[in-house]
Amino acid sequence: MTDLSLIRNFSIIAHIDHGKSTLADRLIQFTGGLTDREMQEQVLDNMDIERERGITIKAQTVRLDYTAKDGKTYQLNLMDTPGHVDFAYEVSRSLAACEGALLVVDAAQGVEAQTLANVYQSIEHDHEIVPVINKIDLPAAEPEQVRAEIEDIIGLDASEAVLTSAKSGIGIEEVLEAVVAKIPPPQGERDSPLKASLVDSWYDPYLGVVILVRVLSGVLKKGQQIKFMQGGTEHLVDRVGCMRPKIEQLPELGPGEIGFITAQIKEVEQARVGDTITTVKGGAEKALPGYREPQAVVFCGLFPVDAADFEKLRESIGKLRLNDASFTYEMESSAALGFGFRAGFLGLLHLEIIQERLTREYDLDLITTAPSVVYRIHLTKSKNDDARTIELHNPADYPDPTRIDTIEEPWIKATIYTPDEYLGAILKLCQDRRGVQTNLTYVGGRAQVTYELPLNEVVFDFYDRLKSISRGYASFDYEQIGLRDGDLVKMNILVNNEPVDALSMIVHRGVAEARGRHMCERLKDLIPRHLFKIPIQAAIGGKVVARETISAMRKDVTAKCYGGDITRKKKLLEKQKKGKAKMREYGNVSIPQEAFIAALRMGEE
Amino acid sequence: MPRALYIHWPFCLAKCPYCDFNSHVRAGIDHALWQEALLTDLRHEAQATGEEALDSIFFGGGTPSLMPPALVAALLAEAEKLWGFAPGIEITLEANPTSVEAANFEQLASAGVNRVSLGIQSLDADVLKFLGRQHSAGEGLEALATAQRHFERVSFDLIYARPGQSLAAWTDELGRALSFGTEHLSLYQLTIEPGTRFATDLRRGRLTELGEDEAADLFALTQEMTAAAGLAAYEISNHARPGAESRHNLTYWRYRDYAGIGPGAHGRRGGSATVRHKKPENWLRSIAEHGHGISETRRLGMREQAMESLLMGLRLAEGVDLAALSERFSLPIDAMIDADRLGVYEHLGLVERHRDRIKATSAAMPLLDGLLAELVSGELVEA
Ligand SMILES: Nc1nc2c(ncn2[C@@H]2O[C@H](COP(=O)(O)OP(=O)(O)OP(=O)(O)O)[C@@H](O)[C@H]2O)c(=O)[nH]1
Ligand SMILES: [Mg+2]
Repeated sequence: MTDLSLIRNFSIIAHIDHGKSTLADRLIQFTGGLTDREMQEQVLDNMDIERERGITIKAQTVRLDYTAKDGKTYQLNLMDTPGHVDFAYEVSRSLAACEGALLVVDAAQGVEAQTLANVYQSIEHDHEIVPVINKIDLPAAEPEQVRAEIEDIIGLDASEAVLTSAKSGIGIEEVLEAVVAKIPPPQGERDSPLKASLVDSWYDPYLGVVILVRVLSGVLKKGQQIKFMQGGTEHLVDRVGCMRPKIEQLPELGPGEIGFITAQIKEVEQARVGDTITTVKGGAEKALPGYREPQAVVFCGLFPVDAADFEKLRESIGKLRLNDASFTYEMESSAALGFGFRAGFLGLLHLEIIQERLTREYDLDLITTAPSVVYRIHLTKSKNDDARTIELHNPADYPDPTRIDTIEEPWIKATIYTPDEYLGAILKLCQDRRGVQTNLTYVGGRAQVTYELPLNEVVFDFYDRLKSISRGYASFDYEQIGLRDGDLVKMNILVNNEPVDALSMIVHRGVAEARGRHMCERLKDLIPRHLFKIPIQAAIGGKVVARETISAMRKDVTAKCYGGDITRKKKLLEKQKKGKAKMREYGNVSIPQEAFIAALRMGEE
Repeated sequence: MPRALYIHWPFCLAKCPYCDFNSHVRAGIDHALWQEALLTDLRHEAQATGEEALDSIFFGGGTPSLMPPALVAALLAEAEKLWGFAPGIEITLEANPTSVEAANFEQLASAGVNRVSLGIQSLDADVLKFLGRQHSAGEGLEALATAQRHFERVSFDLIYARPGQSLAAWTDELGRALSFGTEHLSLYQLTIEPGTRFATDLRRGRLTELGEDEAADLFALTQEMTAAAGLAAYEISNHARPGAESRHNLTYWRYRDYAGIGPGAHGRRGGSATVRHKKPENWLRSIAEHGHGISETRRLGMREQAMESLLMGLRLAEGVDLAALSERFSLPIDAMIDADRLGVYEHLGLVERHRDRIKATSAAMPLLDGLLAELVSGELVEA
């Protein structure tokens, strides 16, 4: 067992890309967790998609043994967290398992939106926060200015901030010394009943369901009969260990320690994050407060391009969820796209990542419908139904408009940091998206602006626009601030006078026309010409707000049919028929699958 | 049993850049050998098809006007011996309008040929060059005059909707073509077929196809001018004075049986499709080894036959009689034609329906490929 005073548990938090994972690399290397040969950049980012995009999606825990200058050897449990706002949930449960945090700030970028969001979470947990100013090797680094920002904007004492270059290995030992000196050791009674919180769980193909735990009191051992206090299930612990980052089995996990167990658990669902683990015999009475469940904020439909792949999709989504409990899904069917799922995500990046993992790891061709948010609709009383309130996840379920009293939509508070020069364009963007400005301040040549915005305007293509108008320099963070009434309507897209369910959307009346025109123009290019002219309309109820027409085809090929040889004509007909089988029919118009995919692809102008 | 016989002569002096037919350029053709081989193929076909008298014979190619008239005579004599000729039999030969070939017209006529189809293609010298033709504009007109002297019936082909062709130019060219008083015209829009030199040119950007709208306008103009001249279209690209239609080609379009001999010839007999070896050398070898040139005989199901007859029949202005097809192939009408779609296109004026007969309107003809995909029931195609 390790003396509590020799344990330090800490998270590394920062805005995206400020160097958390690289710093973790150096700490692992410095303490000898991995040999130089085993080392690779951002070694903890082990998912393909993390490595390709160079971002952390899932928090990772690693145990280091560090012999400090005081001669004692400490057990350091380090948790590297993601910086992107969509994965804030990963940060929050990591923070819950620690006593402190390393706040990494890029010496060239300074404090950014997610720096603030994460540091405030950490402060809520009463953490000791150690500021680290990273990337001091960069020519544009201004560590002193950043030190001042940390003090001015966040209000932390940064006089002892550690200056590092994670890339070139500067200041690493100082970081370790600061961890030992500043972050308090955990507390907990070895002789009390076992209480451990379930920090994370995932499916490992070799080990089965693996559970990351933080022991608060008591001891977790192999062979113990444990139970999940909320889930109610009981299990036999068959492995106890930690990651270094390679798996190492241990005889036990004592109070204050972070590590993993396996317990022959069949379903990841049984190992709910935030649950309290105790022993079956002589267990604790009261469970720890659980974590706040992550809320899906963005929804979209996921359909297989080839209807025959539906079962494969069902299986793959199920498997993927074993490793990411933060997205939700339920079956959905669409006349245009067949059977699929409506899935909920923590944000757009999350949506994109899940979609990409399904495509790549499970080799599926997917159609993703336009992302939408959850509306709350208040219905008036009708002949055979009471007045009631419903939640709308899918525009296809839009109720009879005559019964709608009011509709509420989710709003967010967006905090945007940007170099001065892009501010004008950003204000215009926010204004166009029905934003309400609530604050605007300047800190050293950069502006911080806060806006209240309807989330449905943000999911449309806000990120992409923001990125392009600021050339990637603006940073963006948001939090939900509840529901507000909105003048919202359902807009249908009609092809040859027939509504196409997969393309309908809920929009604010004020932007409906522009949005409708955009969609009609797009479809005009995407739907092939037919033997007749095809009107494409965007309509709200019976009122057409935008319209395009695809002109009729005038000439197909009229090749000679020679000497009674019908083969080629027959092949052509077969090919056409086969092609048609892959299309969806609306008002006698055959719409190719690709047209749906392209029309729904988000964020393209 | 077949009353129509097709004979394929696969050789040409040169390959035209638009042509994707089964034609080959060969030096030193052994005419005696070919005569024997074609006679053998003919006999085999007669044996397989019974003895109903022939109504039409068609020599196609390649360039059948390059056949020695004696060879043509020998084949006709044998065909008559094998099947017998119905009174008024139509015997057509495709001919190129060079002076050399026109010199044979008299002999071909005495061999029994009573109709020629001349590959004039254009009346314009530059276009003939572009199309890679061997004859000059003047030669074409002379050959036409010679043909009209020797044969009871004459038809000629023109290719239009060429790159850059204007309405005015075509009005002029077609006007002249109609002024010769020929009873039958085949007016084809230029299509670029895979494997031809034009297809390569197109890919390399050396050739630009006429736009869809322009081609459609030219098609409409063609319908107007020919109708006014008393030569309305009876098939997408074929125009004739009433009664002067190609009886042989009508056999294909009305989906009646036909025998086909020679390299690459197709035939239909009693619900079976026959295909012959395409390459001249392979066909000759097959004749030597098996006594016929057939590479494949395949039974066609009722659905496939129904599909073929719709594919062919709707090319005709007269259209198809669905009740007759239904009886012939023992299939209900709605198993052959998508009734909803039929209604849609009838409403749009692309299809006309009189009792059980349906036909594509003149506006729909240039869209026939697309229209067929809409009308022909999926049941027939998946079959
Ligand atoms: N020049 C320089 N580059 C650094 C330094 N530390 C990290 N980087 C680079 O910054 C980029 C982002 O580094 P990461 O370690 O992935 O950043 P992160 O904070 O983990 O990013 P997320 O997990 O996606 O939030 C990489 O290209 C690193 O090589 C440093 O000290 N100096
Ligand atoms: Mg990272």
